[in-house]
Amino acid sequence: MSTAPANQTMDWSWRLQVLLAAGSAGLALALAHGFAGLAHWSALLALALALAATMRACRRTARLRPADAASQKLADLIVPLLFGAAILVTWEVLCVAFGVPTVLLPAPSLIAARVATSLPTLGADFVQTVIRAAIPGWIMGCLAGFAVALACDRFDFLRRGLMPIGNFISALPIIGIAPILVMWFGFDWQSKAAVVVVMTFFPMLVNTVAGLSAAGHLERDLMRSYGASWLATLVSLRLPAAMPFIFNALKINATLAMIGAIVAEFFGTPVVGMGFRISTEVGRMALDMVWATIAVAAIAGSAFYGLLVLIERKVTFWHPSLRAR
Amino acid sequence: MSAAAPSRAMPRKAGSTIPVLVITALIMAAWYAACLPMNNDLPQLARVTGLAERYQVSWALERPVLPAPHQIVAELYNSTVGTRLFRQTADGMVLNPRNLVFHAWITLSATLLGFAMGSLLGIVIAIGIVHSRTLSKSLMPWVIISQTIPILAVAPIVIVALGSVGLTGLVPKAIISAYLCFFPVAIGMVKGLLSPDTMQLDLMRTYNGSTVQTFWKLRWPAAVPFLFASLKVAVTISLVGAIVGELPTGAQAGLGARLLSGSYFGQTIQIWSALLLAALLAALLVVAVTLAERLTLKAMGSRP
Repeated sequence: MSTAPANQTMDWSWRLQVLLAAGSAGLALALAHGFAGLAHWSALLALALALAATMRACRRTARLRPADAASQKLADLIVPLLFGAAILVTWEVLCVAFGVPTVLLPAPSLIAARVATSLPTLGADFVQTVIRAAIPGWIMGCLAGFAVALACDRFDFLRRGLMPIGNFISALPIIGIAPILVMWFGFDWQSKAAVVVVMTFFPMLVNTVAGLSAAGHLERDLMRSYGASWLATLVSLRLPAAMPFIFNALKINATLAMIGAIVAEFFGTPVVGMGFRISTEVGRMALDMVWATIAVAAIAGSAFYGLLVLIERKVTFWHPSLRAR
Repeated sequence: MSAAAPSRAMPRKAGSTIPVLVITALIMAAWYAACLPMNNDLPQLARVTGLAERYQVSWALERPVLPAPHQIVAELYNSTVGTRLFRQTADGMVLNPRNLVFHAWITLSATLLGFAMGSLLGIVIAIGIVHSRTLSKSLMPWVIISQTIPILAVAPIVIVALGSVGLTGLVPKAIISAYLCFFPVAIGMVKGLLSPDTMQLDLMRTYNGSTVQTFWKLRWPAAVPFLFASLKVAVTISLVGAIVGELPTGAQAGLGARLLSGSYFGQTIQIWSALLLAALLAALLVVAVTLAERLTLKAMGSRP
């Protein structure tokens, strides 16, 4: 098969389908805002139409078999985007059409407007929580976990003693130490960074130790026959082989760092920070501001994670899971 | 096992009891030693001279910066075994809120409900993803993205939003737990349901097995070990979800509420004992899932 059969490329009929989905979604939005709070039948009908059209477009796009790899990648990107857009439109239309109270669930447009009008506040919170607390804590926790993992690897006694404890502790609700660390390190970002350090330490330790034993016997025997030292074997064989595990820990820790920094702020902060914003605005029932903060946290968390995935692809290009693409 | 094999290739289980004991003892010793420097600024220590006396005082402070381990254990004992478990009220006997068991039960019930809901959701999502190409392409990326969002930050909203429609107490916390723990189950089950290899699937095709039959006779049994591995992760984060769900609204009961009130009133020993109880609870839950795993796999005829 040299060319893809009809109906499996991004031809005019596919484009028409996507356009139809977008058009009916636009119609649903317009009708919902036109008849806001009335739950008018036309808006709900348009929404049903839009959902049906989007589902068809999704199914069609998922079955696409374009000739070249770039189009395939594009198609794989379009499907989740269509799905996400459908959810956003449904949320907006239902919220507006039924006049859902903001306390229950603000419409996405309200949240977006809130983000646009309170950018300075959100920016200050972002700097306090992500730049000052989450990222430094993440770096320190990961480095510490990595260093202890190397020590465990060098001294087998330490590994046998520490790994069961590490496995046990990583199953505990570590976030609970937040109030203690806030007492020790004060209300500012230092205590949040400390929480993040403790939370990220154990996943890194456990994963790195597992990764360091991932190199095959054959390769290790080869290093032995070269008379390579522990350090040389580590740098040229075992660390590269451990990279998928280490990146796994880095990715898990990216999420944990955000959670740790935000939740630790529930236990006391200066008057800035995402966790502070969330807990105070919830108290004032300003739910749109809470959602705006969460939107920022979501974007920051996803960007952090996505950046790590990109770096991982560059570093572990040799791994089967990446070569299979 | 040949003698020439490098020590790292040896089976891991070989004698880790002694190292664990030694390391634990070292940590305990460091903890006791740290009590004096950590608490050095407290007024109770200002008048005491002599190192031995200073240490003795630092291990028995009322509101220490860092309590000694035996103080935490004693507090845990006093607030569980040493306090009356039940209390007489107008409605009859209820659990006594002064007893830590009461708070642990509040948190545990939310944990278990959320764990059940989240695991069910994860299994349903996994079944959908495995059987529908459209779902796997459209939903899977969002399942992963949903985890890069600091979900616990959503906890206050869930509590307030559900509270505005009259749902309070157990259910909002359980929903937060469910949201946290559906992810590992979904991921693990997708892996498990896809784990039968082509040959086995082809065999089902030659038997003219329907999708449903293939599911119950091949995919589901193959996925059970993956399910239990995921459940172990899910049950612990479900506990985390329930505890954090108690923080933002200033709940009156539960381990999270104990942490919060301890941090408001500077009752460090109370925080530590709630933390220790949470750790014990987590360990208990993991052991329970492991036992269920053993029994199930044994009933399914797998040999360890």
